[in-house]
Amino acid sequence: MANDATQSIQDPATAGEDQYLTFILADEEYGVDILRVQEIKGWERPTPLPNTPDYIRGVINVRGMIVPIIDMRLRFGMEPLEYGPTTVVIMLRVISEDRERVMGIVVDAVSEVYSIGDDNLQPAPDFGTRIGIDFVRGLATVEEKMILVLDIDTLLGPGLIASEDAIREEQGA
Amino acid sequence: MSMDMSQFIEAFLEESFEGLDHMETELLALSEGDEETLHTIFRAAHSIKGGAGTFGFSAISEFTHGMETLLDRMRNGQQEATPEIVNLLLRAVDVLRGQLQAARDGGEADPAEAAEVRALIEATLGEDTPAPATGGGSDDAGSGNADGGDDGASGGWRIDFRPHADMLRTGNDPLRMFEVLEELGELTVSSQPDGLPETLEGYEPEASYLAWTLELRGDVERADIEEVFEWVEDECDLTIEPLETAGDSAGAQAPADPPPDGSGPESAPAGSEESAGGAPARTASKPTESSSMRVNAAKIDALIDMVGELVITQSMLTDISEQLEEDPSRVEQQIERLRSGLAELERNTRELQESVMGIRMVPIAQVFNRFPRLVHDLSGQLGKQIDLQMEGELTEIDKTVLEHLGDPLVHLVRNAIDHGIEMPDERSAAGKDPTGRVTLEAYHRGGNVVIEIRDDGRGMNSDRILEKARAAGLLRPDQTPEPHEILQYIFEPGLSTAEKLSDLSGRGVGMDVVKKNIRGLGGNIELHSEPGRGSRITIRLPLTLSIMDGQLLKIHDETFVIPLIAIVESLQTEPENVKQAFGKLPLYRLRDEYIPVVDLAALFGQAEPTPMPDRALLVVAEADNQRVALRVDDLLGQQQVVIKTLETNFRRVPGTAGATILGDGQVALILDVAGIARMAAGRDTRAA
Amino acid sequence: MAKVLVVDDSSSMRQMVSFALKQAGHEVTEGRDGNDGLSKAQGLKADLVITDVNMPGKDGLELTRELRKLPDYKFTPILVLTTEAGPEKKQEGKAAGATGWLVKPFDPEKLMSTVNKVLR
Repeated sequence: MANDATQSIQDPATAGEDQYLTFILADEEYGVDILRVQEIKGWERPTPLPNTPDYIRGVINVRGMIVPIIDMRLRFGMEPLEYGPTTVVIMLRVISEDRERVMGIVVDAVSEVYSIGDDNLQPAPDFGTRIGIDFVRGLATVEEKMILVLDIDTLLGPGLIASEDAIREEQGA
Repeated sequence: MSMDMSQFIEAFLEESFEGLDHMETELLALSEGDEETLHTIFRAAHSIKGGAGTFGFSAISEFTHGMETLLDRMRNGQQEATPEIVNLLLRAVDVLRGQLQAARDGGEADPAEAAEVRALIEATLGEDTPAPATGGGSDDAGSGNADGGDDGASGGWRIDFRPHADMLRTGNDPLRMFEVLEELGELTVSSQPDGLPETLEGYEPEASYLAWTLELRGDVERADIEEVFEWVEDECDLTIEPLETAGDSAGAQAPADPPPDGSGPESAPAGSEESAGGAPARTASKPTESSSMRVNAAKIDALIDMVGELVITQSMLTDISEQLEEDPSRVEQQIERLRSGLAELERNTRELQESVMGIRMVPIAQVFNRFPRLVHDLSGQLGKQIDLQMEGELTEIDKTVLEHLGDPLVHLVRNAIDHGIEMPDERSAAGKDPTGRVTLEAYHRGGNVVIEIRDDGRGMNSDRILEKARAAGLLRPDQTPEPHEILQYIFEPGLSTAEKLSDLSGRGVGMDVVKKNIRGLGGNIELHSEPGRGSRITIRLPLTLSIMDGQLLKIHDETFVIPLIAIVESLQTEPENVKQAFGKLPLYRLRDEYIPVVDLAALFGQAEPTPMPDRALLVVAEADNQRVALRVDDLLGQQQVVIKTLETNFRRVPGTAGATILGDGQVALILDVAGIARMAAGRDTRAA
Repeated sequence: MAKVLVVDDSSSMRQMVSFALKQAGHEVTEGRDGNDGLSKAQGLKADLVITDVNMPGKDGLELTRELRKLPDYKFTPILVLTTEAGPEKKQEGKAAGATGWLVKPFDPEKLMSTVNKVLR
C-alpha cells in the first residue's frame, strides 16, 4: 500500500467544501466525511471474533445485520480507554472493492460538525512512525484546533478486509 | 423516447431457459403424429425468436429461425418427426442454451456447433427455404425505396382514398389516418359522398360509404403516406400521385404495386444493423445465476395475508398498552390479553418466517428435468436400453441447494448408467429385463429432502472396494468393516472402481467430489448395493441453507452455535481416557479412536490455553471425515438459527460458518467444524 | 391517456410493451394468453388492444375474432404482434379483424409510433 500522503488528498472527487463529523480520541480531534455516517450508537459489548487484531472488538447486531466494531484508540496504538456510558460507536458506510460495508468505530466522544474546504486541507507531514498514514486525507485547522481528516475507505477497507492469504498469514504468525 | 431494455432482458433469458427446458422435455416425449406437443414446441421456439430479436440478440433470433421453420413443417405434417430430426432439434436446443448462457454470463457460445447445426437444419429444410432472416424480421429491409422515382416530390401529393364498405370493421378510422397525415404536412380534405346509398334503405351504419380526396402539401415522402394506409391497402382503393402531375399521370398509384412482401418500409427493425456480420449483439447486463428467481404468485399472496395478520396483532398489542395507561387498575386482565397477544405474535412471526423461507423453495423438477435428455443421449452412445423413472419432482428444495445439486446428481446418474446398468444381452443372459431401469426419487423426511438414485444393474463389488481401500491405505489389513461400511469407501478419494475409464464417468470427477459437494450443502450421502440386483444412493439434504438446527454451547463465557448435523456425541470425560501427545496436545480416547481435543478459546486467540482437566465436557464433532472434540463449559439448548454471513460487512472468518442472532439480540458465532479441525491440526505443528 | 390491453404469453415481451406504454402515460392491463386477454377485455372497454399471435390455448387471431363480436370492441383498434412479416400472415390478421400489425422484433420507439397511428 502506498504510503504517500499526497495521494489521498488529490482525489478529484473531494473538490469543494465537505462537511465532517469530528470525534475525540485522547484529546485529539479527528474528522470523517459526514455523508458516510449512518448513525451514532452507545457502546454495547460485541461478540468477539476469532484470531482478529485486538482493535477489532467483535460484531454486534444492528437491526438484524452483523456489523464489526473497531476500536480507534487500539487501531492507532493509543492507550485503551475503559468503555463507559459516554463511549460512542459511530456507524460508517465504508466503500471498498466496489462494495459497501457498514462498520462501527469506537471513539471517546463525538465533537462537532465542520465544513472544511479542500484548500484548508493540508497534506499530512511524514509522522515518521510505524503508523501508515495513507488513511489521513489531510490536516485542517478549525478554531485553532488541528483536525486529522480520515479517509475511512482506506482506514477501514483493504487492511481490515484482508484476503484469504492474509488471513492465513495472520494465523501462522 | 429512450428506454432501458436491459431491465427486461433478465426476464427474457429466464423465460427462454424455461422454454428450452420445456422444448427438450417435449421433444423427448414426442411420439408420432402428436400435433399438440409439436404446437407447444413450436411456440417455445417462436417466443424465443421473437424475444431475442426484440431484446437485441440477433444471432439467437437468426439461429431460431430455421428451427422454427422446421417445427412449423412438422406440425403441419410436411415433415416427419424421425429420431434423427428429434436429435437434431435436441442439438439445436443445446446450441440455443449455450447462446443464451453466453448472453447472460458474457463469453461466447461455440460458433462452430451453431453453424453446423444450422447447416443441418437448412439441409433438412431443403432449397426451397427462404434464407434465414438477418436481424430477424428484416426480410423487408430496403424496400423503402423500391418504388424509386417520385419519392421525394417536393410539392406534395394528391391522394384519392376510397375505403371499401368493410374497412371500419377492422378498427381503422379514416379520421385518425388524416390526423397522422396532417402531422406530415399541410392537409386539405374534401369528401366525395358519391358512394352514399340513395336512400336509407339498406344503409349499414357500420359500413363505410364515403370517399375522400386529400391534398398533402410539403416535403413529404411517398413512403410515409403509404405507411399511413399500410393496414388498409386491401380494404380501399388508393391512388397517390404528385401534385404537379396530378391529372396527367394516371398510372402512378402506389399500393397497386406494393413492396414485395406487402409491408411498408417501417417494418425494418430499428437497430437491425446490429446484426451485420452475424456477431451476437450483446446489450445484456450480466445477471449472476441466482440474482433473480420466479416465485409462484400464490406464495406471495400467502405472505401478504400473513403480513395482514401481523398488522392486526400489532394493533391489538398497541391497544393493550393504551388500555393499561388509561386504566392501570385492570392490570391482571390486560396481562392475560398481553400474553395471548404475544402468543399470537409468535405464531405470526413463525408462519411469516416459514413463508419467507418458502419463497426460496423451488421444485426439484428443475434439476430432474435435465435427466430424460441425459439418459436419452447416454443410452444411445452406450447401446444400452434404459427406462428412466422420476418420482416426487414437485418436492421443494432451497434454490441455492438446488443450484449446487445438479452436477453431483448428473455424476451419479451417469455412473448408474455407465457402470450400473448392463448391456441388453448381458441382462437377458442374467434373466433380467433387457431394459434397465434408473429411478430418481425425491421426498421430504424429517426436515430433510431425500433424493434417491436407484438402478437395477449389476450392483457394487464390495470385495473389490475393500481391496482398493486397503491398497489406498484407508484401512489396515486386519480391519474388516461390515459389508455396508465397505461400500461407503467408494466416496473416498482415489477409489474409482471402474474397470475401464469410459468417456462418460472417467472425467476426473470422482465420487469423493460428489460427497464433498453434498457435505458442503450440509447433507450426507450413502450407498446401498446388492450384487446382481442394483444399487441405491441416498442423499439427505437440509431444506434450506439459511436456517440450520444448531446446538448452543458456552465456552469461556461466549455462546457459540454448532450445527447439530456435525455433532457425533457429547460426553463427560473419563480420566483414564484423557491422553496427551507431544507434552501439550490433549487427545481423548473414544472407544478405539484418539480424537484431538480443542481448547476453542485458545485456538481462537481469545484466552490463554488451559491444561486439559481430568473431567470435562466434550462435544465430539465431525466434518470432512475429521473428528474433533471441543471442550465446552456448558451445553445450552438446541434451536433453529438463521445463518448470517460475516462477509456482508466484514470478511470470512476462519473457524466460523457465519453468525446468528439469539433471542436476546446478542450475536453468536456459528462454528465451522471442518475449519476448526484444520486450524487445530495446523496449530500442532508450531510452537504453542 | 388511453386504456390499453396487452396480451402476450411471454412475460418479458408483455413487460416491455407495458413499460413503454406506461411511460407514455397510458393505463395498461395485461393478459397472459388469449383466454385471459378475453376475460380481461370484458368490462375494461380498452381503447386499444395489442396482442401476440402465437399463444397457447386461444391464439391472438381467435382472440381478435372474439373481441370483434363484443359490442365494446367492434371498432376498437386491435394490433397484432407477429414475427411473420409475410403477406398471407398479415392477411390472416386482417381477416380476423385486426386493425394492423407490428412485426417483431420491434423497439419501444417503433411500438409507440405504431400505437400513435391508431390512438387519438
